[in-house]
Amino acid sequence: MSATTTSEAKGFQPRIVAFVCNWCTYTGADLAGTSRLQMASIVRIIRLPCTGRIDPLFIIKAFERGADGVIVSGCHPADCHYTAGNYHARRRFAVAREIFDFMGIDPRRITFSWVSASEGGKWAEVVNDTTARVRELGPFTAYREMAARTA
Amino acid sequence: MKALQELARKLLEDKTVSVVIGYEEGPHGVRPAFITKPDQADRLIFDPRCVHNLATFLSPRRSHLVTLGKKAVVVKGCDARAVAGLVRETQIKREDVVVIGVRCGGVTGDPMGDGKLTEKNVAPRCAVCDVREPKLADHLVGELPPAPPTPKGPDMVAKLDAMTPEERWAFWQKELERCVRCHACREVCPMCFCERCIADKSMPQWIESSAHPRANLSWQMTRVLHMAGRCVGCGECVRACPANIPLGLILKKVAAVVEERYGYRVSDDPSVPAPIGTYRLDDKQEFIL
Repeated sequence: MSATTTSEAKGFQPRIVAFVCNWCTYTGADLAGTSRLQMASIVRIIRLPCTGRIDPLFIIKAFERGADGVIVSGCHPADCHYTAGNYHARRRFAVAREIFDFMGIDPRRITFSWVSASEGGKWAEVVNDTTARVRELGPFTAYREMAARTA
Repeated sequence: MKALQELARKLLEDKTVSVVIGYEEGPHGVRPAFITKPDQADRLIFDPRCVHNLATFLSPRRSHLVTLGKKAVVVKGCDARAVAGLVRETQIKREDVVVIGVRCGGVTGDPMGDGKLTEKNVAPRCAVCDVREPKLADHLVGELPPAPPTPKGPDMVAKLDAMTPEERWAFWQKELERCVRCHACREVCPMCFCERCIADKSMPQWIESSAHPRANLSWQMTRVLHMAGRCVGCGECVRACPANIPLGLILKKVAAVVEERYGYRVSDDPSVPAPIGTYRLDDKQEFIL
């Protein structure tokens, strides 16, 4: 890789936080790693028991602390380790997403996905798609400036 | 009004309830009244200034009111939805409260003033009212007054929907800047029934307690999301807000989203399940990869 392409790639490295469920997506992400799949290395994974444990407040907190994008991912419908956590999460995030949009937070900064333990490839895709999308949107300056405001 | 006072007196005399929560004339307009003795029942009134949603006093988080014993509460059609909401979410038992329904011809947005309804002072919720006679009531009093005048004004939700995310962001930043985090919106809300609010938790502190813009956004967003499928549209938070933040806008939006996606409309029937907290296997998931 030449010096120019490296510096171009480093021009904007978005900070992406992924809230994932322990049983499917976390294992899927692990598989993506052990399969040595190529993907953006800027995603910070936070493992939770279930998508049902993910409060929309987590997303707000991530933006507050400087995230540019967020991924929320868990088991496919009918695959939840706790039977119905993802169904509850699906309703919650469907509403939360529209409210984020209504408050002026671009929903393209948030990715929701179902990634099973065997879908390492899909995880890599989700990560790469989100990274590309957030890179295009640029840093979430509006939120960061607001969060850093003094007095 | 006579019928209301007679009913309250009777309920207190035969000890069906130990307190009747209604409205009375106060030094600064109409205020909520807690009537515990039969001979105080003639203090009760009902007129268009009775804007308060008294169902909020049924919430079990108000432990000082729980100790008062069995309650009767005066409700309008819109307030009855809050009683239904509390029953639906198992916060109270239907048989533990006597619901006195009043037939309502609309209320003013302000409990002070002369009580004459005009297009200007009518409460915004009266524009979409479809329950002027509460169905949930154990006792229904009063005659049905004429329908309220329709308030005029632009559809702000549609206006905001038409904006770009950046414009919406700027709009809300400007509005939320005034929030002083007094939490009056929460205190007055009949459906904010958590015994301990997440905004009061300090370890870990999810929502900062200061009136910083990031905390204001976090707080209002959280409250609105907790109100999804729960808000009864009584508008008490809007009335209580000392900073005049248009909370009604965002609550209207969330109600519209819930209705569109899950076909749930705020209901005065406690047996209708709450949309958040239940699910269907075939819920739409077009936004999920």
